[in-house]
Amino acid sequence: MSQEHSQSIESANTHHADDAHDHKPQGFSRWFYTTNHKDIGTLYLLFALLMLFTGGSMAMVIRAELFQPGLQFVDPHFFNQMTTVHGLVMVFGAIMPTFVGLANWMVPMMIGAPDMALPRMNNWSFWLLPCAFTILLSTLFMEGGAPAAGWTFYAPLSTTYSNDSTAFFVFAVHLMGISSIMGAMNIIVTIFNLRAPGMTWMKLPLFVWTWIITAFLLIAVMPVLAGVVTMVLTDKYFGTSFFNAAGGGDPVMFQHIFWFFGHPEVYIMILPAFGIISSIVPAFARKPLFGYESMVIATASIAFLSFIVWAHHMFTTGMPVAAELFFMYTTMLIAVPTGVKVFNWVATMWRGAMTFETPMMFAIAFIVLFTIGGLSGLMLAITPADFQYQDTYFVVAHFHYVLVTGALFGIIAGVYFWIPKWTGVMYSERLGQCHFWCSLISVNMLFFPMHFVGLAGMPRRIPDYALQFADMNAFISIGGFLFGLSQLLFVWVVFRCIRRKGEKATAQVWEGAEGLEWQVPSPAPYHTFQTPPEIKSGH
Amino acid sequence: MENQRNSHQPLLRKLLMISIAMFFFGFALVPLYDVFCRMTGLNGKTANTAAAPSTRIDTSRRIKVEFIANRDDSIPWNFAAEVSTIELNPGAIKVVNFHVKNLSAQAMIGRAVPSVSPGAAARYFKKIECFCFAEQPLDAHGEKNMPVQFYIDPQLPAEYSTITLSYRLYKSQGQTVNR
Repeated sequence: MSQEHSQSIESANTHHADDAHDHKPQGFSRWFYTTNHKDIGTLYLLFALLMLFTGGSMAMVIRAELFQPGLQFVDPHFFNQMTTVHGLVMVFGAIMPTFVGLANWMVPMMIGAPDMALPRMNNWSFWLLPCAFTILLSTLFMEGGAPAAGWTFYAPLSTTYSNDSTAFFVFAVHLMGISSIMGAMNIIVTIFNLRAPGMTWMKLPLFVWTWIITAFLLIAVMPVLAGVVTMVLTDKYFGTSFFNAAGGGDPVMFQHIFWFFGHPEVYIMILPAFGIISSIVPAFARKPLFGYESMVIATASIAFLSFIVWAHHMFTTGMPVAAELFFMYTTMLIAVPTGVKVFNWVATMWRGAMTFETPMMFAIAFIVLFTIGGLSGLMLAITPADFQYQDTYFVVAHFHYVLVTGALFGIIAGVYFWIPKWTGVMYSERLGQCHFWCSLISVNMLFFPMHFVGLAGMPRRIPDYALQFADMNAFISIGGFLFGLSQLLFVWVVFRCIRRKGEKATAQVWEGAEGLEWQVPSPAPYHTFQTPPEIKSGH
Repeated sequence: MENQRNSHQPLLRKLLMISIAMFFFGFALVPLYDVFCRMTGLNGKTANTAAAPSTRIDTSRRIKVEFIANRDDSIPWNFAAEVSTIELNPGAIKVVNFHVKNLSAQAMIGRAVPSVSPGAAARYFKKIECFCFAEQPLDAHGEKNMPVQFYIDPQLPAEYSTITLSYRLYKSQGQTVNR
């Protein structure tokens, strides 16, 4: 605390008029009433960390059950609850709130804004999340248990064959949706209206660019999700027949509406990670980002294409060949802008003066492993091949490569990159490297063999399996437990920084780091850029 | 500060409009889906109204038509087609009977929902009369034959040689007697 005050004196020129605001209330009321973008960013990040471990412990239950064939620890219904709630918690509780938290912390500092444009709405959009997840997780302790229809809650599993946890699930998703939409609106208004003079569109850091596009995706598809869960609710409780053939509805239509939301959703979970990697790679290669404009265009193209590929999740539902070909080719087309991005990251590193601190290690791992996930995605995009891969562990391997070694590694890289700016101290490089290598090895033990068992025909979402998959699954489970344990190292690193244990960080922190956020002192004072900074050049 | 907040209002209002519009777009997908499927015949749904009788018979080829009858758990009836397959020339009109028997001691109403596979052939499957056009009441332990009179449109593309007509029988919602 005393350190924070001395910091604010040092940086008095950046916030002369609002010194009184530095005397923020303490304890509960500080965090509950806060409208400060940095406080709210911290809340988002800590909440997401808690959810990461909640969802992670469910994954540990899944892997413990799958360690051996047969049923050991949990009954099949509880296993289904675990896969379902694990997915929901990780998607809506861990990955998405982390990105919103990072946007809260970094976007105003990157564009030279004093705060988010709508600070009170910001507070509300955060505090809806603990409410939503309390509702969702409370169903685990109710009679009949939590939702068990998979995170995709296909009808009629979620309507005819579900229990009353559906109602809790629907209201929880409504709250998460409102929270995400408000968060996205806030980010858009901030970036549109509060850029410092001279911060033109093509000077925005890529993290900001990827977030504008993500925010528009959120605004476009989260309401569709709200609509589809509402239809599930009325089908189950109010006698409508949206997805009930007996009443003239169609269960396949559920999948169309869900994936119309669901496919843009997967880009919501990866585009901000692209932004993070695009910030980190130039800093540690000590070269400006290669192909800035093409990065922006590629991100926008991916966002556009994400709206016209949804039925590639549904090749086996029986589509005419023309539709299958359309969705196959549009899906493969996404590889082009994604390839542009990977090429640009590699070209940025090319002949750079590279150093390999923890953020850079995670960023390089991201580039390699996300590409593996992208390639298995291309395999899944091939319609005739998809009939074999559908609903096997190959799909599980694919989306965990893009979400864990993609989105999550991007997030971890970002946390290591920016935590000296948040806390004012360097993380322990030795622990960070240790965390990296443990994570890298265990995550590949965990997910890589899933490709093979999937191609050999092991179905997903089933608590038992044929004997020939036993050795592979034992190996996968060991990888899973090691990956779970490795993340405890991450928590240790983060809490050491929060407790201010470590070397004091300079304002620039990294030798090659460029941008407005590196011009304010570390830790960043409670209020930054009360008077807009002067924008010199570059992105 | 107050001015600054007001300057956010126009943009915020637009964004709010987009998200509300997208919420209703989600619901608009329901009728759009139906229209799209009716235009393209993608989901194997056949017309719910009687077709005009055929005007010519194509004797150059024969089409195999298979019949499938199954029922939902909600309705305790026997439901079966009297024949499992027939062969016919495109344009020839045929009548096939489906037999239902109510196994319960309650009168109830059934409703059969048709589906044609392959879906793209659905629009060439013309029903002149069908028990699926109306709800079918049946007394306790009652039974009856329900006819479907149909022909295959001679314009059916050459690549289709077999068409499957499937019915799924449901208990009619809200019309149950004695429940």
